Amino acid sequence: MISVEHLTKCYDTFPAVDDLSFEIGEGHVYGFLGPNGAGKSTTMNIMAGCLSATSGRVLIDGLDIFEQPGPAKRRIGYLPEQPPLYLNETPAEYLRFVGEAKGLRGAALERQIDSVSEQTKISDVRNRRISALSKGYRQRVGIAQALLGNPGVIILDEPTVGLDPIQIVEIRDLIRDLGRTHTVIFSSHILSEVRTICDQILMINKGKLVAFDEPENLEKQLLAPNELILTTEMDGEELGGLLAGIEFISAAEIAPAGGGRITARVRTAHSDIYEVSRAVFCAFAAKGVPLLELALKKASLEDVFLELADGSAGAGEEIPPDGLGEPGGEVDEHDGGMEA
Amino acid sequence: MTAVWKHELRTYFNSLTAYVFGAFLLLAVGLGALRYNLQAAVSNFEFALSYFSVVLAVLVPILTMRVIAEERKQKTDQLLYSLPITTAQVVVGKYLALLAVYLVPLALVCLYPLIFSRYGDVYLPASYGSILAFFVMGAALIALGVFLSSLTDNQGFAAGIGVAVILFNYYSVSLSEYVSATAFGSLAAICVLIIVLGALIRCLTRHENLAWGVCTVLMLGAAAAYYFQPAAFEGLLPELMSGLSLFERFYVFVNGVFDWTGIVYYITVIVFFLFLSVQSMEKRRYN
Repeated sequence: MISVEHLTKCYDTFPAVDDLSFEIGEGHVYGFLGPNGAGKSTTMNIMAGCLSATSGRVLIDGLDIFEQPGPAKRRIGYLPEQPPLYLNETPAEYLRFVGEAKGLRGAALERQIDSVSEQTKISDVRNRRISALSKGYRQRVGIAQALLGNPGVIILDEPTVGLDPIQIVEIRDLIRDLGRTHTVIFSSHILSEVRTICDQILMINKGKLVAFDEPENLEKQLLAPNELILTTEMDGEELGGLLAGIEFISAAEIAPAGGGRITARVRTAHSDIYEVSRAVFCAFAAKGVPLLELALKKASLEDVFLELADGSAGAGEEIPPDGLGEPGGEVDEHDGGMEA
Repeated sequence: MTAVWKHELRTYFNSLTAYVFGAFLLLAVGLGALRYNLQAAVSNFEFALSYFSVVLAVLVPILTMRVIAEERKQKTDQLLYSLPITTAQVVVGKYLALLAVYLVPLALVCLYPLIFSRYGDVYLPASYGSILAFFVMGAALIALGVFLSSLTDNQGFAAGIGVAVILFNYYSVSLSEYVSATAFGSLAAICVLIIVLGALIRCLTRHENLAWGVCTVLMLGAAAAYYFQPAAFEGLLPELMSGLSLFERFYVFVNGVFDWTGIVYYITVIVFFLFLSVQSMEKRRYN
């Protein structure tokens, strides 16, 4: 559907996008992930035909965005980072303008405006001035604009930035809905967001593609879970002896947790983490010692990202023993942003 | 293009711009008519038009300052680039909307000669010829304004430069009497013009070498021409200044001559500046 071939964009001599190539198929939601300044916006701008490339090309359904901009752009709906809205207009007027510019006329135009307003839930503010709308509604008007003309591909540049948590959830739901009927490409630097909505993740750093896969695969492939955190009530040496008796455990780090409790961080080389946690549980049960906490440390996308972005081992560092998770529970909810 | 045209028209008529522009233009023409046709009882309506024509130096920049600068400031130009329309369609659509705004007061002005002709002997062809020339001259100034607006995202800057450039153009004939008429003075002025042109090319294309190249070639050409035919440079600068004056050509119409070369000159200016505006907008895609 979209193929980006050896795309390079230099600002003066600085390469914002550096020999980037990837293919995007039909359907699904694609997440474009990278720290600020990684070249996400630049790439999206080029894909939408707003910016020229220094070299390389972008094909939309086989149409070159630079050679045949008209028909290629008809297949794309684009929402830039800052929604391009005329603040003195009402959403109805604004959508009419965009629709006409996309070549819609008459009854077809009215029908499209009705349906995208319905889809983005802006019908009840259609006749209010855009300047009087909240940020969440403005973002929706921006998305409605992208949907006009029923393009196959919707490109959204950081659609949830600056919204409050409720609005973020609403926009995410909207994106997920759109993914059923369109190919949606959206960028973000928030990992949990990408993880929850996307079917495929493109990770980009310093203008280069560093990974392109399903979120689960990325985590599985790059960093297998290999760590357990447990809290118990016994003294350190005794615990050390107990853990040494469990066959899968390769290393353990024991630290007092206060109140007579003790925490151990256990590493394993075994591929199935649940096998290890079962063995730990059985060992404690056999001794009759209470296991107060047993948490699996699964690799999060954040770890993968840091790993890929820096090329350094970010995994397994600084895990706060926060989740009182039962065996099988994941310590993976990294909410909030990760500004790099 | 019609989408852009309709959209711009709605913007102008939903805001004060179109009304302020129309009101002041009618006021200026009205004062001229009062002065010549009513007080002095002259039957030539064209004098009323020329009397306050300098008012365009202020009104046109006010009308055109936001046309592209505001899009840039609000980042709505991103939308225009991503829509399946060409930059030329955007610029021409915007320009035609400005012309429509300009035509509304002029349509009212068209009634004046008819009204006056009921009370005296008005030579209507000269009146309407002048109104047409006034329209085309204004259209040329609007094209200049559109170009200046495309250079910046600051409306005030666009308006200020616009007023300065149009006033300079207005007074260039009177100024031309004071500038050096010697051959060497003309050569120096031409060199300055070439440097300005080079700066413009550098600014629009970001090709340093292209700008330098054009400058060097033109300067060498000018120097060679000066060396072989110094007589041709005699009095060239004043001639050039009055020749480029948009207002001077309008006065030919006011004097009762329908000068086709004037119309052609205005249309050339319009095409030139609209072309530059498109280039200036396209440049944003390549920066």
